[in-house]
Amino acid sequence: MELTSKTIDAVTVISLQGRVDAFTAPACEIGLKERLTDGAALVLDLGGLEYISSAGLRVILAVAKVLKSTSGKLVMANVTGTVREVFEISGFGSIFTMYDSVDEAVAALP
Amino acid sequence: MATLRVDASLDNLDRLIAFCEEEAAAAGMSPGMIGRLALAVEEAFVNICSYAYPQGGGFAELRSTATADGLEIEMADAGAPFDLLSLPDPDTSLSIDQRQAGGLGVHFIRHFSDRADYRREGGQNLLRMLFRYQPEKG
Repeated sequence: MELTSKTIDAVTVISLQGRVDAFTAPACEIGLKERLTDGAALVLDLGGLEYISSAGLRVILAVAKVLKSTSGKLVMANVTGTVREVFEISGFGSIFTMYDSVDEAVAALP
Repeated sequence: MATLRVDASLDNLDRLIAFCEEEAAAAGMSPGMIGRLALAVEEAFVNICSYAYPQGGGFAELRSTATADGLEIEMADAGAPFDLLSLPDPDTSLSIDQRQAGGLGVHFIRHFSDRADYRREGGQNLLRMLFRYQPEKG
């Protein structure tokens, strides 16, 4: 699991690469929460993510709850393949807005 | 049949997944099918690590058998009797606020395997999952 972040037009873009499974999820959660600020607008770019299990979804849900409590916003970009199937069957596909690119996601955030 | 027995600890997740991915590749399954199989196996293993041995310790064993129907994966542990498949699926229609973190594991097992059953035998919990070699038509 690798996590990289950058800021585009006051939007934080965090890219996850590799595998987020039950073993790597705790490190992923720490990495994500370190990059959260109150009221942040956040794009999670999952284009490089090969694999996510329910442990990874739990991390994303936890981040979403933290952001929501500070009136922040979280959207997804590049959710494809098996990762997208995991989102769909777990209902995360309707909880989160998913964009086909980071640019589209950034443009959609206030 | 190929088997791998490891301590029931998440440290061994990588090893267990690598083992079942090799077995699935040897059986001729596509990368997409292997990914789905890995998701179901991870959830079964995490359940054993989290709940089978309240006192700690214990093992998990993966048994892989290539059958005419598909690859059969049995996950065994000698922990407290527990049928994971008795759990209901979570309500996946809830909003962020209402949504709880748990319950998705068994949902993944049901969704990504083509058949799953549980039995208690010889002091072990046996969760058997079938993964067809090719997606079913239709």
